[in-house]
Amino acid sequence: MYAVRRWAVRQARLNEILYNLFEPIFVRLHPLWNKIGYGRVEKPITVVEKSVKSFLFDCQMCGQCALSSTGMSCPMNCPKSLRNGPCGGVRANGNCEVKPEMRCVWVEAWEGSQRMHRGLSAIQVVQPPVDFRLRGTSSWLRVARQWGAEQRHKNEERQT
Amino acid sequence: MIFEDEPVPGYSLPILPGHVSPGRLERVLRAGKFAVTTEISPPDSADAEEVYARARVFDGYVDAINATDGSGANCHMSSISVCSLLTRVGYAVVTQISCRDRNRIAIQGDVLGAAAMGSSNILCLTGDGVQAGDHPQAKPVFDLDCMSLLELVRTMRDESRFQSGRKLTYPPKVFLGAAANPFVPPYDYRPLRLAKKIAAGAQFIQSQYCYDVPRLKEFMARVRDLGLLDKIFILVGVGPLASARAATWIRENVPGVHIPDAVIKRLAGAQSQKREGKKLCIELIQEIREIPGVSGVHVMAYRQEEAVAEIIQTSGVLEDRIPWYPNRDRDLAQRAVS
Repeated sequence: MYAVRRWAVRQARLNEILYNLFEPIFVRLHPLWNKIGYGRVEKPITVVEKSVKSFLFDCQMCGQCALSSTGMSCPMNCPKSLRNGPCGGVRANGNCEVKPEMRCVWVEAWEGSQRMHRGLSAIQVVQPPVDFRLRGTSSWLRVARQWGAEQRHKNEERQT
Repeated sequence: MIFEDEPVPGYSLPILPGHVSPGRLERVLRAGKFAVTTEISPPDSADAEEVYARARVFDGYVDAINATDGSGANCHMSSISVCSLLTRVGYAVVTQISCRDRNRIAIQGDVLGAAAMGSSNILCLTGDGVQAGDHPQAKPVFDLDCMSLLELVRTMRDESRFQSGRKLTYPPKVFLGAAANPFVPPYDYRPLRLAKKIAAGAQFIQSQYCYDVPRLKEFMARVRDLGLLDKIFILVGVGPLASARAATWIRENVPGVHIPDAVIKRLAGAQSQKREGKKLCIELIQEIREIPGVSGVHVMAYRQEEAVAEIIQTSGVLEDRIPWYPNRDRDLAQRAVS
């Protein structure tokens, strides 16, 4: 919802804090997800992730969430799906070239990132293009799986 | 500027040490000259002669010609084909690639093709939305954005591989360009966005139309403070406005063009609005040239292409330089004899 989405950007700092509390807990459940099987938890977790993030951010479930780098303004709501900043068509009032009644997703992102603790450095990092295979999958589980892989890697290094 | 090693038209120049491309534009910029580029609007035609006729009007006044890639999301001859026609007779071109119509598979193929056909410069663009053009029912692709496109082409050039990792037997030796628009919000983010484009691989910038010099100066000052000036060549976009009415129309209908009220008032008050538009353009070029860090201008004179020669000539920015064009050296020799 547009109004909620804009509220979420205004509260970018709060959302950052909440996510930073949530993420470590979620990824540390990696052994649990692994035990049940990532394939099996994918569906229910995706449903939860989708409902939370759709409500807050109008999330499009690209499967590779960039909200932390985009001031909590989902870049997939940009009609050009720009993931690296605003295009040159932004209107003088800060609205979108394609949808004149909508505020530019990246004008919002810039404001949101200024409110965040790590927003300003994160928005400067070049984001890779979207991997379309990940569309509709859970970003949370992907982060957890990555964390798990890193832990395993570290353990292996320690042993050798 | 005459290069000793000028090849037979249709062949590339040797790549100088420290250069990435065999093109004249990179040479002019790296030699510290004030560069002039312009753009051709590709014809709605399959006749090569129409392309050559459109290029000929710029002969002797521009260092490279951009061929737009479906600008304004309107259908025309493709940028790559226009460039390949132009390079056959030796012109320096800037191939424009927008992310609107093609995915990464098509784009990487086009990059190889463009370089193979003699294009030494690629301008990486996001592209206008399809709603702006004559086929609003088309599917907008946007598989990449301008930033990931820059990175992709740089990887092809510097690491000699596709995004997939598969090796190229010969990389595309291209000078990489990007667009910038300091004249639209969010203003304070624009210099940072330029920094991001440089990080992604941009080596030169061709900006959106500038009618607001104070805003440009502010932008350039921030760019300097960020320490970016020696990492990028900035060509500022300029163009003559045909009339106050045309200017108002452009401001309201062309995405991203900012024209201050004072400009429109000045045009409206002139006896010949068209002449005033050219005069304004010349003044802008001269003013822009004095801004530290500006390396050239990109003249976009849509439907007024024949005015470019006069504008550049009067502005005096080329000094005594005559940019290359087919038969330039023959003309110069003849002039020397007579």
